[in-house]
Amino acid sequence: MAEIEHYTLNFGPQHPAAHGVLRMILEMDGEVIERADPHIGLLHRATEKLAEIKPYNQSIGYMDRLDYVSMMCNEHAYVLAIEKLLKIQVPERAQYIRVMFAEITRILNHLMWLGAHGLDVGAMTMFLYCFRDREPLMDAYEAVSGTRMHATYFRPGGVYRDLPDSMPQYDKSPWRNDKKLKSLNENRQGSLLDFIWDFTETFPAAVDEYESLLTENRIWKQRLVGIGVVSPERAFQLGFTGPMLRGSGVAWDLRKKQPYDVYAKMDFDIPVGRNGDSYDRYLVRVEEMRQSNRIIRQCIEWLKKNEGPVIVDDHKITPPSRADVKENMESLIHHFKHFTEGYCVPEGEAYAAVEHPKGEFGIYLLSDGANKPYRLKIRAPGFAHMAAMNEMSKGHMLADVVAIIGTMDVVFGEIDR
Amino acid sequence: MANAFSKLKESVNQHFKGQLISSITALGELTIEVEIKDLVGILKQLRDNDEFLFEQLIDIAGVDYLTYGLDEWATNEASAEGFERGRQEQPKSQWQKARYAVVYHLLSVTLNQRLRVRVFVEEDSMLVPSVVDLWNGANWFEREAFDLFGILFDGHPDLRRLLTDYGFIGHPFRKDFPMIGELEMRYDEEKQQCIYEPVTIEERILVPRVIR
Repeated sequence: MAEIEHYTLNFGPQHPAAHGVLRMILEMDGEVIERADPHIGLLHRATEKLAEIKPYNQSIGYMDRLDYVSMMCNEHAYVLAIEKLLKIQVPERAQYIRVMFAEITRILNHLMWLGAHGLDVGAMTMFLYCFRDREPLMDAYEAVSGTRMHATYFRPGGVYRDLPDSMPQYDKSPWRNDKKLKSLNENRQGSLLDFIWDFTETFPAAVDEYESLLTENRIWKQRLVGIGVVSPERAFQLGFTGPMLRGSGVAWDLRKKQPYDVYAKMDFDIPVGRNGDSYDRYLVRVEEMRQSNRIIRQCIEWLKKNEGPVIVDDHKITPPSRADVKENMESLIHHFKHFTEGYCVPEGEAYAAVEHPKGEFGIYLLSDGANKPYRLKIRAPGFAHMAAMNEMSKGHMLADVVAIIGTMDVVFGEIDR
Repeated sequence: MANAFSKLKESVNQHFKGQLISSITALGELTIEVEIKDLVGILKQLRDNDEFLFEQLIDIAGVDYLTYGLDEWATNEASAEGFERGRQEQPKSQWQKARYAVVYHLLSVTLNQRLRVRVFVEEDSMLVPSVVDLWNGANWFEREAFDLFGILFDGHPDLRRLLTDYGFIGHPFRKDFPMIGELEMRYDEEKQQCIYEPVTIEERILVPRVIR
């Protein structure tokens, strides 16, 4: 028999475990990876270039579509960068709303990650459980912004509108009887805050449920422990941030270290791993869900007690109210200017970073004083993680590549931009 | 925080005296501009010196200053002529420095501080020394800047295109690269293959760029 040493395997771009459109050229020795060369860019839409021909506010929607499982966190970084350049102070209520939704988004993201990662490694049930629990959060998105995913809810200077007082109800239909209808609408009788509060009451038990399925599961541990180990030194070298860095034992979290909005007032802990392997990163993310739950509860408590504006009252930057537009000439002009030309941002440059569910998501904004960004650079956390694919998968088996892709929590919307 | 920031500012200015083209503080961020020949030396010190300890390279961004400060709509003539016609002749940008720049964002986890380093790139050489040896994570960031702006990183181990299509021609994030691209692709029934043709769509900009 002829001796074959190395061979090359094409992985993706249409592979169910490729999390979108990752194509990898794997050089293999038997079933062991010698070299992995990811080919990215199949989802490249030139978001940064598109933003250059649009007024600032029209690109908020593009931010949702970067990392399309943590929509509002992307918006958050973008509006923070604009606010930095405009030097505006955001009303406190808006800051609380933004923090609350950023944490809701973190849970959404981690649930998506846990479900997909479980599915990749062979735990089908996880996928169903996680999607079941994403549903109320999606409803919260819908109630506040009108869309279940691409919310476009944050604005420079605050948020688009205040939280609604009532939740939409399920209608009668031939497929559900009165009893079922009543149980579906049971937690929708109050405001959006009541609805989210109800979620936070039950969510920790749901996380326990996932953990009872996975944490001590023999197969789960066999697939994750010791896979894709990254030392803290290497994590720094490779530009890792977020859970990928914390999994290696570095307690670095922008929400604590460089707090933005009202994170400084929140009480929460940063989980860190010890061994820097996929299993530790799993534990870190699961604990982060519990911590996010805590933050959401603190926000709800504050928001229930405190009323106030949710966007700055400067109509050079934010639109005036509809009622004003119909009665007041000045407001009509502001409205027209806002939605046609937008606002000019003073010349300068700013970098704003948020602790995105995947790591540090940064927006580098360069303005020459126009109503459009001169240059927008998006620092996507997944990009740096994906770049380390070769190093992380070297010496592992083919099946582990899938676990490593899963542990990186890659979403190609942000990597390819 | 404010104290640490002024300390960083001071020690950067002190340490690299004579090597900095400029050192700007704006919006609570420190930006230093350095010359290409000093770049690697300064970055290495920024990484290793106990005063800086920038162990992470967060981002590398290419910038093309070709149309910096240009607007598409001379405001006072707009009502008569409209901006589309105004776009016909492009005035020259007032930009004095080199056309391209590379911007490095550094982060120190130990000292909790950030720094931005900018280096301007000569248009006739387009060459910048690679920092892959200092921070391995720079690999893809540099490939991206090469792909999108055509900036060449000297000493990079594997400078290939990253985000654009296989066989792509041009550097799409340069300001003189059209927004709609240059080629479009479709499947040709007769030839039974994908073919590339010049783009047939027209560029539309709905909102003019204005500077007030």
